Amino acid sequence: MTMTVEKRGVTGKAAPAGRPRRRDSYALFLLPGVLAFLAVIIVPFLMNTYVGFTDWQGVGSPSWTGLANYRELMDDSDFWASFRHSLFMVVAMAAVPTAVGLVLAAALFDYIGKHFGSKVVAVLRACFYLPQVLPIAVAGIVWSWILAPDNGSLNALLKAVGLGSWQQDWLGDPDLALYSVMGVMVWVQIGFPLVVFMAGLQRVDPQLHEAAELDGAGWWRRFWHVTLPQIRPEIYVVLTWCTVAALKVFGAVYVLTKGGPGGATNVPSYFSFTTFFEKTQVGYGAAISTVLTVIILALSLIGLKLQTRAEERA
Amino acid sequence: MSTALRRYPVLIALCVAALFMIVPFLIVALNAFKSPAEYSQNGPLSFPDGFYVDGLKDFWERVDYSQKLFNSLLISGFVAILAVALSVLNAYAIGVGRVRGRTWVLAFFVLANMLPQEALVYPVYYLSKQAGLYDTRLSVIIVFTVIQAAFGTYLLSSVLGEFPREIIEAARIDGANKWQILWRIVVPVSRPTLGVLAVFFFIWTWNEFLLPLVMLISNDNQTVSVALGVLQGQRLMDATMTNAAALLGVLPAIVFFLLFQRTLTRGIAVGAVK
Repeated sequence: MTMTVEKRGVTGKAAPAGRPRRRDSYALFLLPGVLAFLAVIIVPFLMNTYVGFTDWQGVGSPSWTGLANYRELMDDSDFWASFRHSLFMVVAMAAVPTAVGLVLAAALFDYIGKHFGSKVVAVLRACFYLPQVLPIAVAGIVWSWILAPDNGSLNALLKAVGLGSWQQDWLGDPDLALYSVMGVMVWVQIGFPLVVFMAGLQRVDPQLHEAAELDGAGWWRRFWHVTLPQIRPEIYVVLTWCTVAALKVFGAVYVLTKGGPGGATNVPSYFSFTTFFEKTQVGYGAAISTVLTVIILALSLIGLKLQTRAEERA
Repeated sequence: MSTALRRYPVLIALCVAALFMIVPFLIVALNAFKSPAEYSQNGPLSFPDGFYVDGLKDFWERVDYSQKLFNSLLISGFVAILAVALSVLNAYAIGVGRVRGRTWVLAFFVLANMLPQEALVYPVYYLSKQAGLYDTRLSVIIVFTVIQAAFGTYLLSSVLGEFPREIIEAARIDGANKWQILWRIVVPVSRPTLGVLAVFFFIWTWNEFLLPLVMLISNDNQTVSVALGVLQGQRLMDATMTNAAALLGVLPAIVFFLLFQRTLTRGIAVGAVK
């Protein structure tokens, strides 16, 4: 908690000429930051928003078309498909990792930690967290190669255990590709919630658990009634972060499937990228990314609100 | 001991799950030194017969991997240092200086942190072309310094907001000006936090894909992530090459992980709850 009591400088009195008031001279330290942000983030963002209302090929000057791009988006089945695939990504990157991460974190923290020591916990946690450090492009290469239809490790494994008939073209079959990408994303993402929740669990007062145990509550009941309510703020943080990350999936789709086969794994980020740089319909691409931005900002704000509310209650 | 009997299944289940997580890495290691003939004959799951390194060597030379590593190190290193510096300046004004309107300033940085790169990528590409910075490593350094500093400012502002005021007051009475207080007191005291931030910025920048993919088109400027991703996207690699690419892409990540493991796990927790 920061102190909210402000020591005001000499307010009301005019500062001596040529010398800025004491409190405001700190503003000089903000100057490089604010200028850099204007140039790199704010100006490009405003440009992008403006271009979304125009027809532009990236050369010459954009011609104003108002809401035409957005009206076109509403009727564009590719656009709707890409956002529908985003929901699948949210399941794979936010819902599943959060649920699994919670159970894993609780099991590691108060079960393994108690009975087998912190060394075992550290090693296990490291195994789960490792994919998080991998560049997503590299994770994509590793999995492309494992999921390859001929001589890929997964199919080779199925054959080796006598399930040869289960072999699939995991990333090349339009009905399967999205689920394969989801599987890869679960693998990539699982470490993040785990680490955050394990840190959060350290805040939980062990006496709460002991009291519940004395009352005869089993492990699952303690998990539901003690652990979960205690780390609610972390749950909101993780859900928000992971949902936003899921909406921005790009590298994995680029490397694994290029949005294919037949658009089966196209996502908004990749869709806007191809619209910008392959079709050079810059105005349309800007409209797609603007919709994505609005959704992300709305979700972030909701997440922040839930988090602060939970922290006040915790 | 009925509890002991109940205990081990949980441990075993978790170990199996952990093993599943690292299986891809094990498979990459298992196949790293197989010749193409051996791979196509015995498949990806057999133990290697020999120690075939020509595939790795060929791949290394073909993609000029030394250059790519150098580019990644250069870009990530500069971004880590510059973004921490920029975050410190911002957070000093917001957290310690308590500038007027700081809530709005902070909201501005948080918002900048949330904006998806998809909404910046085309204008950044266009403006960098106008400024003659397109396809330079400098352009990527500038953009990521600002993007990472958005997060850094947000995190450090709350850390520095709790900085003991008496120390600062004492230094001021001793006649130190704001610069001296920043460099001789605030920065040294916050060094652990700044170290965590620098490590994160380095790894995040190393792993970035979308913006470097758009901004760096010539071979001499590309980072490891972009070079490998583009190669994979072209679908021109055979199994041995893909394997070499996977190994060379995975190794730096493992090195960082071993170097910074404690920082990473500690840092994530700090960042998420702040």
